[in-house]
Amino acid sequence: MKTLSDTIELPAGLLAGLVTLFCLPSLASAHLVTTGLGPVYDGIGHLVMTPEDLIPVLALALLAGLRGTLPGRRALFLLPLAWFAGGLVGVFTQGVPTIPVAPLSILILGLLVAADIKLSNWIFTAVVLVVGFAHGLFNGVALKEGPGILGLIGIMVTLFVLVALVSAFVVSLKQPSMRIVVRVAGSWVAAIGMLMFGWLISGQG
Amino acid sequence: MRIFSRQTILLQCGLVILLTLGLAQISCAHVEGGQAAGFLTGLQHPWSGFDHILAMIAVGLWGAQLGSPALWMLPIAFPMMMAVGAMMGLVGIPVPGVEIGIALSSILLGTMILAEVRPKLAIAIGLVGFFAIFHGHAHGTELPDGQSGLLYSMGFVIATGCLHGLGVLLGCAKSLPAGRLALRAAGTFIAAMGIFFLWSSLS
Repeated sequence: MKTLSDTIELPAGLLAGLVTLFCLPSLASAHLVTTGLGPVYDGIGHLVMTPEDLIPVLALALLAGLRGTLPGRRALFLLPLAWFAGGLVGVFTQGVPTIPVAPLSILILGLLVAADIKLSNWIFTAVVLVVGFAHGLFNGVALKEGPGILGLIGIMVTLFVLVALVSAFVVSLKQPSMRIVVRVAGSWVAAIGMLMFGWLISGQG
Repeated sequence: MRIFSRQTILLQCGLVILLTLGLAQISCAHVEGGQAAGFLTGLQHPWSGFDHILAMIAVGLWGAQLGSPALWMLPIAFPMMMAVGAMMGLVGIPVPGVEIGIALSSILLGTMILAEVRPKLAIAIGLVGFFAIFHGHAHGTELPDGQSGLLYSMGFVIATGCLHGLGVLLGCAKSLPAGRLALRAAGTFIAAMGIFFLWSSLS
């Protein structure tokens, strides 16, 4: 049988329950998305998770590998440096013009890989510098409010590793059929670039 | 120390459980959106129509039948020209008779495999590239709202390449004792299905 003491204790139990519920941890979602590991890792994450930057880097590494050891070494060191220089300009510059850098570089690099065009070392170097600087510039603008220059360092390290791994792998391919597989990959990149231009012109995507 | 009755404890526990259940949480009840969805949509799109699947596998089969360098050049030409067709669709350049073109691609490619036709490389590339425009125009432009165009394009191109690769793998059967015959039978099937697609698009 219910007693008076039971009815008096009921609000206390409810109060305890409510306090418990309010104390339950929940997602804050109060900050920008970061890796939580610091600005350098944010930069690494930015490059790896941004296909607009990642695809050109991979295509450039494929191209460097197809061209041989010397262009591969040039890309290995010059791409991160050019990217960092562009990034610095982006971080300290107000108002960068809107240029479809990603579709352009994806299309051009994809075509160069697919066609296996024999570029001279100087032209190849110029391509590396232009691609690196342009992408770095827009990265700098994007990272200005977040990880900043330390993020750019993370990107540089990732670029070095990616170019080293991919271009060294392609350089090591001796069978002509394997080089054609690389060219097939280039044709896919070029096709993606063409579609990107289509989306850009149509105002979608 | 105060001792509560069993009824009181049960009632309090019940109320706390009810309150907990009443807390609003993220539902996750809808289809996924955003970047990953764009990639998946593009990846599954070439698999959505039997006419496309057959034509893309036929490109790989024919390439395998012709051997190197067509083995590689045809799967290079198709995605690139397909992207050109998709771009034409995106910028509003009309291509007449898209469905008829797609059906004809199955008929012609199937016939080439059936008859083991060996044209010059440039002619084979031109034929495959021409029909790729129809496939790209029809299916390369269907990006759902809110999804990434880049990732959709990546998925679309990768899926197309995988279908070519499947065709090339199947085409490797030509080295088996009954492989040549099996390839020609596959060509017959593709051409017959092409006639069906043509009949469907005209009726």
